[in-house]
Amino acid sequence: MIAVLGLVLGILLGVVLEPDVPVWLQPYLPIAVVAALDAVFGALRATLEGIFDDRVFVISFLANVLVAALIVFLGDQLGVGAQLSTGVVVVLAVRIFSNAAAIRRSLFGA
Amino acid sequence: MSVSTPPNPPTTAEARHRLGVALRPRRTRTQAMVGALFVVLGFALATQVRTTAADDGLSTAREEDLVRILDDLGERNDRLAGEIRDLEDVRDELLTGTDQSATAIEEARARAAALGILAGTVPAVGPGVVVTVRDPQGQVDAAALLDAVQELRDAGAEAIQIGSVRVVAQTALLDDDPGSVVVDGRRLEAPYTITAIGDPRTLASALRIPGGVVESLRNVGGDAVVAERDEVEVTAVRPAEDPRYSSPAASR
Repeated sequence: MIAVLGLVLGILLGVVLEPDVPVWLQPYLPIAVVAALDAVFGALRATLEGIFDDRVFVISFLANVLVAALIVFLGDQLGVGAQLSTGVVVVLAVRIFSNAAAIRRSLFGA
Repeated sequence: MSVSTPPNPPTTAEARHRLGVALRPRRTRTQAMVGALFVVLGFALATQVRTTAADDGLSTAREEDLVRILDDLGERNDRLAGEIRDLEDVRDELLTGTDQSATAIEEARARAAALGILAGTVPAVGPGVVVTVRDPQGQVDAAALLDAVQELRDAGAEAIQIGSVRVVAQTALLDDDPGSVVVDGRRLEAPYTITAIGDPRTLASALRIPGGVVESLRNVGGDAVVAERDEVEVTAVRPAEDPRYSSPAASR
């Protein structure tokens, strides 16, 4: 419940405040958002399977975002930032898909 | 984040019950933390979506991409500049070409006019003399008139006409009955009027020279009156004939 409320509140804040993304953050923000989405889907799946743990979620959320940003940062330093960004997004998308499939099976049995 | 898969996947009823439990608000410290994380996620999501929708794609592009885009633009710029140069060259060429052909046409016209006067295909006007040859005794023959024509040519006459016949290179004079000659097949009777365009003074003095045309005509019983004019008209023309056998040789 608090998760849904928090998400709605965050979106409203973003729409109302219209903040400018700092330049140094611009390459990392989209990747970080996708990584966080992966953590959210994983958490939802764990909830349905009865193994959700608040502590695990918080740590995995932050770790996901940090690792994704770190990979992109490293790629930029190595001159393969664009390719690594694509790779990270692809991997996260695959995970989101598999989590979404598990959620679907849990909720609808299909 | 997914954790290790449990040995038995939950049944649908179990999963729905757990979802209902999870949606029930609880007040723990980690729950607050989770809520805060979701606020951050929603905030970042909305911000990123708005930024992506608003920007032109350049402000978020990577350095290498920007360099590549800049290179592309530079190349394109060079190519277009080259095109501009080529087109300007073509334009200049066309402009000078037009000038040149206009000049050439002008020259050709002037030349055609000059050649037309020489060939007798166009009327001519200019200063010159009018010579009236009288022949009361029928003693002036074709040879005497030819002498007059030759004398005028030598003196620089550019266009000559006897009576109503233009005198050109091929003109032939034949004797006919006394008091008349045949010029280019046309019979002319005395008095003969010879009109010649050229320097009037030179032409007149050439005819009047002692032992010249005027004196010779008087010797055979004829008479010639030379009138110098500021403007005489040679109106007779001769049709241009296309050469049957000869064609212009290629110029050097």
